[in-house]
Formats: sequence, C-alpha cells, structure tokens
Amino acid sequence: MEKINVLGHRLVPRHRILSEDEKKELLARYKITERDLPKILISDPMVKAIGANIGDVLEIERISPTAGISYYYRYVVEDKPTF
Amino acid sequence: MRYQYIPKKIGEIQFALLSPDEIRKMSATKIITADTYDDDGFPIEMGLMDPHLGVIEPGLRCKTCGKKVDECPGHFGHIDLALPVIHVGYTKKIKEFLQCTCRSCGRILLPEDKINDVKKKIEQIGNVSLRALELNPIVSEVTSMASSTKVCPHCGEPQKPITLDKPTTFREEGHKITPKEIRERLERVPNEDLILLGMNPEVARPEWMILTVLPVPPVTVRPSITLESGDRSEDDLTHKLVDVLRINQRLQENRDAGAPQLIVEDLWELLQYHITTYFDNQTSGIPPARHRSGRPLKTLAQRLKGKEGRFRSNLSGKRVNFSSRTVISPDPYISINEVGIPKEVAMELTVPVRVNEFNIEYAKKLVLKGPDVHPGANYLIRPDGQRLRITERNKETLAERVDIGWVVERHVVDGDIVLFNRQPSLHRMSMMGHEVRVMSDKTFRLNLPVCPPYNADFDGDEMNLHCLQSEEARAEAKIIMKVQEHILSPRFGGPVIGAIHDHISGIFLLTYRNPMFTREEAYYLLHKTSFKGTLPEPDKVENGVEYWGGKTIFSLLLPKDLNMEYRSSICENCSVCTKEKCEYDAYVVIRNGKLLTGTIDGASIGAFKGKLLERIVRDYGTDEGRRFLDDVTRLAITTISYLGFSTGIDEEDIPPDAQRQIDEVLQNAIKRVDELVEAYKKGLLEQMPGRSMEETLEVEIMRVLGRARDEAGQIAGRYLGLENSAVIMAKSGARGSMLNLSQMSGSIGQQAVRGERIHRGYSDRTLPHFKRGDLGAFARGFVKSSYKKGLTPIEYFFHSMGGREGLVDTAVRTSRSGYMQRRLINALEDLKVSLDRTVRNTSGGIVQFFYGEDGVDPSRSTRGDAVDYDNIIYQVMLKAEEGSK
Repeated sequence: MEKINVLGHRLVPRHRILSEDEKKELLARYKITERDLPKILISDPMVKAIGANIGDVLEIERISPTAGISYYYRYVVEDKPTF
Repeated sequence: MRYQYIPKKIGEIQFALLSPDEIRKMSATKIITADTYDDDGFPIEMGLMDPHLGVIEPGLRCKTCGKKVDECPGHFGHIDLALPVIHVGYTKKIKEFLQCTCRSCGRILLPEDKINDVKKKIEQIGNVSLRALELNPIVSEVTSMASSTKVCPHCGEPQKPITLDKPTTFREEGHKITPKEIRERLERVPNEDLILLGMNPEVARPEWMILTVLPVPPVTVRPSITLESGDRSEDDLTHKLVDVLRINQRLQENRDAGAPQLIVEDLWELLQYHITTYFDNQTSGIPPARHRSGRPLKTLAQRLKGKEGRFRSNLSGKRVNFSSRTVISPDPYISINEVGIPKEVAMELTVPVRVNEFNIEYAKKLVLKGPDVHPGANYLIRPDGQRLRITERNKETLAERVDIGWVVERHVVDGDIVLFNRQPSLHRMSMMGHEVRVMSDKTFRLNLPVCPPYNADFDGDEMNLHCLQSEEARAEAKIIMKVQEHILSPRFGGPVIGAIHDHISGIFLLTYRNPMFTREEAYYLLHKTSFKGTLPEPDKVENGVEYWGGKTIFSLLLPKDLNMEYRSSICENCSVCTKEKCEYDAYVVIRNGKLLTGTIDGASIGAFKGKLLERIVRDYGTDEGRRFLDDVTRLAITTISYLGFSTGIDEEDIPPDAQRQIDEVLQNAIKRVDELVEAYKKGLLEQMPGRSMEETLEVEIMRVLGRARDEAGQIAGRYLGLENSAVIMAKSGARGSMLNLSQMSGSIGQQAVRGERIHRGYSDRTLPHFKRGDLGAFARGFVKSSYKKGLTPIEYFFHSMGGREGLVDTAVRTSRSGYMQRRLINALEDLKVSLDRTVRNTSGGIVQFFYGEDGVDPSRSTRGDAVDYDNIIYQVMLKAEEGSK
C-alpha cells in the first residue's frame, strides 16, 4: 500500500513542537503542569512525521468554523510502557 | 441540623481485599444453623437472624452494641466454609495470577532483571495507590509478557496452559483444579512479586480471592418483613444464605464421615453454585437461583446494578422533600415567570424563615394562623434543632414561645421562587425558576409561551415543583434560573420561549392590513396589558368618529427607540422585494417604536423564530423581554377573542372548477407514470448516472408524482386566500402548513416506506388487487384522494403503512437518543468553563483552551455569530440618514 504523507493532507492541521521556553510560558499562562494538558500518543502518525519525542508539547493550528484559527496544545506521551 | 455540618475532604480511597482473619475479626457471631426463628418467633442464636447481627424490631436492643433501632448500624457475622470456594467477582484476576506465576515455586514468570526493570518503573510513579491510571498499563504489559512464558525462569518448571471454564471452573490442560489447589498455589506467590501484578501486598493477598470464610451481612441489610397475616417473609439474601448454610453443613458432614470423593465433589460444586449466585444471580453460564414462586432472586449484584440499582436509583438520584407534582393546565393571564399552584400544595410546601428582631411579629402571626389557614406555618425549629409540629391545638402556646434564632417553616406565598420541571429533563430549560401564584383548584397553572421549552401540553401532562430552602438557592434561581433568563436558547441563539398558536393568529388579525378600531375598542384590546397611558393621535377620522389602526395599537407595546426591518412569515418570497410597498403587507418596518408597515406574526414573536422578541430581549434586557411577551400575548388573546376566529372542514372547500383542474393534473401525472413504466419495459428509459435502470424509473416516478401533488396543492392554494382561517394559521406560522391544507383539499400524494415507494407485500405486488409486476402509481402506494374526499380502501392501507413507519421511527429514536444523551452527560458532566475561559475537568486538566474555540456563549450570540454585523450596519445607516435630514 502506498504510504500517505500526513503532512501534506488538507485535513491535517499544522503541528509544531514548542521550544522549552514556549512550553514554560504556556504552562505558566494556564497555571498548569504537563499532566493537565491534553495528550497525544507517540505512535500518532503526525508525531512521527514531525519527529517529536515524549515530553514535547505540540502546538496545533486548527482552522475553526467559529474562530478562524485556534491553537491547541497536546503533550506527547508514551504509547505502551517499555521495560 | 444543617448548621452543624463539619465539612471534610476525602484525601484518598483505597481498595483492598478482606482477609479471612479480618472477616472473623469483624464478625459478631459465627453462623451455623440454617434456621432463622424458632417456633415462638424468637431469633435462633447462631442462626441467620441472630440478635448479635443488629436490630430490626423497634423496642429491642442490639446484643452487640446495646443500641436501639436506627442507632445500631448492624454487625456482620460469618460462616466458616467446609471447603474453599472461588469468589465469582475475582475469576478474571485469579486466572491472570495462575497464568503469570509458576505452578511450582509461585514466582512471577519473568526473569530477575526484567522484574527489577518493572519495579524501577513502578517506583518512578510514586505512591502506587494514588496512581492507578499509570500503573494499569504497566500491569497489563507485565501480564501479557509473563503469561506467555513457557518455562519458569526461577525453578525451571515447565508451565501448563490454564483455561477458565466459565463461570468458576479452572482447568490445566483439561484437568480440573480445585479451589483448594488454586488457593495453595496463590499462597506461594511471594509478596515482592505482587506489585508487578497490580496488587498492593500491604492490603491484599491473592489467596484471599478464594473464600474460606463468608461474611454474613447484618440483618439491617436484609430485614424480614411481617405480613398482615402475621407470617414472616424473609429477604432474598437471607434465603440465599440459608441455601449456603444448608449445603455447607451437608458438605461438612459428608466429608467428616468419609463419604466417597464423588459425593463430596458434587456437594462442593453445589456450594460453589450457591455462593456464586449469592454474589451475582445473573452470572452467565449458570441458571439463576429462583424463589419458590419462580421469580429469580435479587442477590448482591442485583441490588447495585442497573437503572433500579443502588447507584443509579439511590445515590446518583434521590427522592426529595419540599416537592410536589400534579397535572398542569394553562393560564394565559399569569406572567411567563409565574406558576399557579393549588392552595393545597401551598399549605404543604414550606420555606424556612429564621426569626430575628425585625420579623418576630410576622413569624408569630404565621404560627398563630397554624397549618390549616393559608399563609400559615407547619413547623417550628428550635435553636437546638428540635422540630415542633404546629397543630390547631398548640399553635397559641407555640406562638408565645417563638423567639429570635428559631426557624419558622411558613407556607409558600405569592412571589416565592420555586423550581418547576417537566420530564424528560433534556436541557437546562426543562427546569426553570418561577414565582408562585397561589390559586384555587388542583392543577399547576403555567403560561403558554413556556410550553415549548418544557415540551408540555395539557392532555394530562404532570409537572414537578421544588420549593427552595436556602437563601443561596433562591438567589441563584432568581438570577440565573428564572424563565425570563431562558427566553434566548443556548442551542441556536434565538428565542425558545415565545408566542404560540392563538397568540400568533391573534396578533396577525390585529396587524394584517391594519384594521381600524374605535377608541372604545382600542382601550378594550389593551386593557389586559401593562399599557398605562392614553392613545396617540387617531390614524383616521371618519364621520367624526376617531379610528386607530391595529398596527398603532400594537406599537404601544414596543420600546420607544426600536428600529427594525425584516420580512414576516407570510412573505411570498417574490423575486424582487418591494420592501415597504409590499402588496402582501409582509415587510415589517419599525421606526422609533412604531410599526409602519408589515404584519406581526410567527416570524416576529413566535417561539423559535421571533425576530422582534429576540431583539427586544437582547437589546433591552430580560425584564423588558418578559414584559413585552406578556403584553403581546395578552393583546393577541384579547384581539382574537374580540374578533372571533374559528375553522372547520369547509375551509378546505374549493370550487368545482379547481377540483377539475386538480383531477386533470393528477390524471396526467398517473398517465405519465404509465408512460415511464412502458418506456422502462421497452428499455427506452434514459439511465441516470450512477443509478440502475430500476432506480432511474423509481426516481423519475417519485419526481412526477411529487410534482403533481405540489401542483394540486398550488391550485387549491390559489382558491384559499388569507380570508380563510386555516390559511391564516398556516401562513402566519401559528399552526399547520400549506402542505397540510393541500393534503386536505388537493391530494395526499405518494406514500413512502424507507424513502421508497411501497413495494413489499405479496410476491411481485403490494396487494392481491394488482397484477404481478404492476409498477403503476396506484399499485405502489400513490394516494390520489384528499383527506376531505376520503381514501379508497387500498389507499387507506398504503397510508397506514406510511403512518406506521413514522410511529416506529419516533419510538426507536427516543430510546436511542436517550441512551446517547446518558452517555454524553456522563462524559461531560464535570466539565466547566473556568475564569480564564478554558474548559477544564475536575482535576484541572484542560479540555479546550478557549471555550468553543471562540469563547462565545451561544445564548448570547445572534443565531451563532458573536457579532451581528448586519444589525450594527443597519442601525448606523439609519442614524446617518436621520442626521442628513
């Protein structure tokens, strides 16, 4: 089967890995810890495509019917425990 | 009482297993006899109703704690089992343990280094009992690895596959392993390995999943009831425990007497059955234990599970005090904010009033009135929390004693705020705050515009009313739950509360083509409204008589600076709109609170679509919105009663000429269908892309017949003008539609089942009245007749088929959407919008970073949009126009 490049698909919004500083700023802005962020599995095709690691926070730029562009943040977590 | 609460916060909850020692330790007595009461009716010692287990009869004292009924919480007993038995609730976990541990040395089937890796991982998590969410995936990974190990890495013992024969039989390579053997194996598992399998060795051991002692619940949990005949009837749990005891005893005797292995095994299995059903009588794979009457017993699991179980029916939902329920009926002359309640109800529901130096006289007066005179009081609460019932006999003495700090539970009176609710409570408007109006007669009265949000009608509907008991609750109800605060719906940002039915017909009659009224009439029409003033300059003077137009009268209710322009419901959607000069009087223009042109109808003030109502609520506030709606509905009702309005089947009469035209249209359509069928049979039909020949034919026929019905409707419609009451109702949006009317006077049209023409029934035909393979209009469910003319028997049959589908659909839809709603609510109930406009759950986790991505409250949006640009531009342009003049 042909491998699909998720980066080029029009239904897949833009994902970006936040820098350490941006991540700190985000957590401070919402007064939260990483645990309180929505999660995304490391096995997610998009995470693989942009090469994010466990512990990274992704910024997702979504096209919203109500707000134009809205930003969403997801914390990369492991899929299955490894020993 | 409620002022003495000490709030406590639950720090953590820990789940553990009961050990046999613990069961014995908490046991008040050992149970050995299967009997409950002796011949004199006294409970037998060491029987299932042993007085040590608690008291259920008033007057007696508990032999364990010495307390009376309601004070004694009850005490557990225990049954020593002759042989160990598996606890059904843990079979899955037992299997997991057997599969993951060595059959000989009991160690977990993982090599030492792996064990250490996992342990390190678990240590990282921290407090294990607090982090189940992170521990679970590790445990499932461990079990999947350990259970696939073939040889023990510790002692080299080859492992045999373990299977579970549901519900409680374990097999190793087909050979049964007894609970006793299982218990021995589990005993061998060392404490260090338990944490890897998700068990905390400080509070649980795997062998405790096999029962050697059975706890017997206190009698308070399974009270026996005495029937009128004096017979005792025992609780289902007691019955089940009797079974357990009996078999246990027989098993013990047989084993001690050295009975053959086979008999002991049979009894052992029987004991297992009884204990299994004692826990869960719906365990799959075994027949449920039954009562003598054949009714399945309600055992432990059945008490908790499902809709009628402890959780859903007693913990998530409760029966409450200070509530009442009765039939509802309409009252168009109370406000939408009000609810009429019967005097009988008002004298039963009470509001607590704390007595202070300012209201002590008032409080004493209430007590003096007693419980049987309306604004009176039912109870007094002393500062020590003691409740005193006020009666006709003691009211004088009690009134004397009332002092500051006491609480008087007074009857509800006019103006008290209560919650009013109709089930099913599907949205927040199903429960709103109303002000009380005490009335005679025995129904709750509500104003008609609040019917749509409650989805109420008066064909016997009942509603619930809750009387608020605290100042906080009343404040909350007043500020956010009052009916007027819910006129605009969060579902679509428009009004859910608005004029209905006769209100719309009435206001239509008042404003359509501006009928004229004399001074006397005009004041009469306005007399029920809040209008207090004099009429403006008359619109017309004829023969010395002054006349005011309906539009002028209506305008008196509008805010003085209102400007609007929109199309009303009767608009014909002409290709070019002539606006103010509309020949149908369908273009509404309101300037400075005066209705200049246009008809007020459903599109102005109706529920779900009233633009005018929406604007007033949005721009002038909910108080003004409520006032406007109350006034408009009263004006409309007065108008429609004054002018008179009725309808009958002769409204659908059409001239013979029109009937001929309709017949011709229908006849042509039927002929056209025959031609299509003919063409199809000859293969001359032009196939539609993506459709088979059969589908093409069906689509074509549906189109032809659909158009014929519409055309018939149009012809009928041409002869039904706005002087016709039925047409007024349909066009103004009060009730019914033009389709309904054309079905009454023109033709009912094609009947459909599952979106297709009716084609099932007999082989190759719908009914034996037709030839096989007949594809014509009539053979496939076309109803040419109108409701007024009446249906032929065959048409009637097809019409019933179509109607049945509608009924089935609604039935299926409600049950399915009800379940979906339950799932959604369970998933979303603890989400809330925090102060920083993020949506969070109870643990502070973020679900949305900005509510709805745009942070807009839909009930304050204009039909979904945060800003109503069109209106802003319109208002600015208007100002500019005025300025230039």
